[in-house]
Amino acid sequence: MRSLRTPAAVAVAVLLTAVLGACGEDEAPGGNSTAGVDDGAQLTLWTRAATESVSKAYAEAYNAGHKNKVTVTAYPNEEYPAKLASAAGAKALPDLFATDVVFAPQYASQGLWADITDRFAASGVKDKVSPGHVRAGTWDGKTFAVPHTVDMSVMLYNKDLYTKAGLDPEKPPTTLKEFAEQARKIDKLGGDVNGTYFGGNCGGCVEFTFWPSVWASGGNVLDDKGTTAKIDSKEMADVFALYRSLYDEGVAAPAAKDEAGPTWLGALQSGKIGIAPGPSVWLGMIEEKGVKMGVAPITGLDGGESTFIGGDSIGIGATSTKQAQAWDFLNWTMSEAAQVEVIAKNKGVPIRTDLASNKYSSADPRIVTINSLVAKGKTPYAKNFNASFNDPQSPWLQTVRGALFGDAAKSLADGNAAITKSLQQG
Amino acid sequence: MTMQRPAPAADAAATTPPPRRASRARRRSLVGAAYAAPTAVMVGLFFVTPLLLVVWMSLHKWPLLGQPTFNVPDNYTGIGDNQLGGSAVWFTVKYTVIMTVLLFSLALGLALLVQNRRRGVGFLRTAFFLPMAVGFASASLLFLGLLSDEIGPVSDGLRAIGLVDGYVSWTSGSGTSALGSTVVLVLWRFAGFNMLIMLTGLQAIPLEVYEAARIDGASRWQTFRRITLPLMRPTIALVLTMMITGSILAFDQFWILTRGGPDNSTTSLVMVIYREAFIRLDLGSAAALSVVLLAVLVVVNVVQLGVLRRRSH
Repeated sequence: MRSLRTPAAVAVAVLLTAVLGACGEDEAPGGNSTAGVDDGAQLTLWTRAATESVSKAYAEAYNAGHKNKVTVTAYPNEEYPAKLASAAGAKALPDLFATDVVFAPQYASQGLWADITDRFAASGVKDKVSPGHVRAGTWDGKTFAVPHTVDMSVMLYNKDLYTKAGLDPEKPPTTLKEFAEQARKIDKLGGDVNGTYFGGNCGGCVEFTFWPSVWASGGNVLDDKGTTAKIDSKEMADVFALYRSLYDEGVAAPAAKDEAGPTWLGALQSGKIGIAPGPSVWLGMIEEKGVKMGVAPITGLDGGESTFIGGDSIGIGATSTKQAQAWDFLNWTMSEAAQVEVIAKNKGVPIRTDLASNKYSSADPRIVTINSLVAKGKTPYAKNFNASFNDPQSPWLQTVRGALFGDAAKSLADGNAAITKSLQQG
Repeated sequence: MTMQRPAPAADAAATTPPPRRASRARRRSLVGAAYAAPTAVMVGLFFVTPLLLVVWMSLHKWPLLGQPTFNVPDNYTGIGDNQLGGSAVWFTVKYTVIMTVLLFSLALGLALLVQNRRRGVGFLRTAFFLPMAVGFASASLLFLGLLSDEIGPVSDGLRAIGLVDGYVSWTSGSGTSALGSTVVLVLWRFAGFNMLIMLTGLQAIPLEVYEAARIDGASRWQTFRRITLPLMRPTIALVLTMMITGSILAFDQFWILTRGGPDNSTTSLVMVIYREAFIRLDLGSAAALSVVLLAVLVVVNVVQLGVLRRRSH
């Protein structure tokens, strides 16, 4: 008997170890399993206010069909990076957190997100989601974040003002020079109507709306590694010169000089701005105020089309103990069901390039225009993007102010050196 | 003679207290220590520990997650290369001088105005102190709204009475107007509070001294120079210390009202520390800047209190 019992005990022990090991794999942070787990876990998700509504829509739809429950907390845009840094310092990051896609390389390099390389590779959608977002969430060949929302810069124009100014509301500008001419015509309507508007005191707003014109004109802003600035190019100087002339002539609203971001949407919602580049997600928000809007691609000086593919990237907090459950949510957000029934249904841009045409987008030709731009746009990649471009104390904002309202040539030359230095800081 | 006790016994009594008294004294000191313990723990936990941690941090390259690495003296030598830091130092010094002079003059003026009891003084004291009830961040946002040409009434009002013409940007039009807007905000918010402290100092001066001066035929100016100011020195030392320290540590007003602009012209030192820590994610560099700032503050306060106390003696 004794000789029989021993092998049986060993076999049971091996089996138990295997079963327990398999269970532990799913629950352990950074486990090898690439499948998500839906076991009723409570997950926390942090996001910035700008994309709060999309994150909440995802969470609501996911919670309705899953045992896991995602709770979304949003923070004001300006305070969000500090909030994340504090949470990381305290090793208390949420289970999931989204961030502006241009900040993703910095967070990935700092190890704030868990490594999801294998999970993402096994998801089957790796080649179907916004490539700019995927690159932004990649550091040292590993994937740390996936696309969460897509927001692109487009030309938004007021159809009623176009009609009043004698312009055809169905013929938006096809070059940046045409854009300037149409803005001038609308400005001639007088009163409190202005031809255009931009965020002249907001680094993020200017990069989002001016850079596509540089790209469409054949220029570039950064090198591929994100360590050298190329803002002293002729294309950049010409784009700044065009907007500067619109401001000097009074075609751009005077408040454009001080616009730091918070009142940018409000200015377009007022219905007194003819045409202005802005985020595609504002289309619905402006029309809610009763302003009839048209959408067109941002063009280069003499033609071409491009866009800044912005939005948010999302990853699993490196300190989360529910990584398998968090992945279940992330994997679901990239599914066709989520992209069509949550994003496209609400007039958003799907993060999936294969779903750009869907049953909802075909109903509104403006959405088709926006979705078609994904293939033509860019998402800049640099580890020190925030410190170099978006922060109010960044060398970019100082360059922008100089190029628009001061000594343009000197500002662009000095700015290029200062931004390159900032990009290369360790 | 019979009353006299043997000498050795007397010596023993003098050098060794009775055991009961010794244990009582020890108990009393233990009770004292127990009373002080909560405060000592609080000070140790919330003041001394973070301070030591900041100093320790400043000696390392300190990532948000992961192991810090010792890198002395990189964080300190890096301060010299920080151009924004250099301009922020000069701006902070300029702001501190302007703010201290204006805030002190206004607070003292208001305190003198409401020093004596007469009709309406209670209302004035309350009115001057009321802005203190508004949180500083809220007050900054309030000014941002009021001074906005788009939504605020200030520019419209000034245009209506012909003082300004066309579009005006108070918070980012120029470095001077941005600084001016911030100074007005801080004066509005803090003048009443400093007035209250000075008022308590003024009222601590015995009335007899003023009466004696009046009998001697002293003018108002002589009374102010020879009596009020010298007797107010401890109070003045206190408010000046608070004003200078507060100005050197200025952050909220610039962060909300001017965002440090235009063109970094209103970027304060603490904003630079914030940028190092939360935008560049370089906690070691931010800690080194904080340590230097702390050292400067300690020196300024020691010198300032030393000078004012010596004079008051």
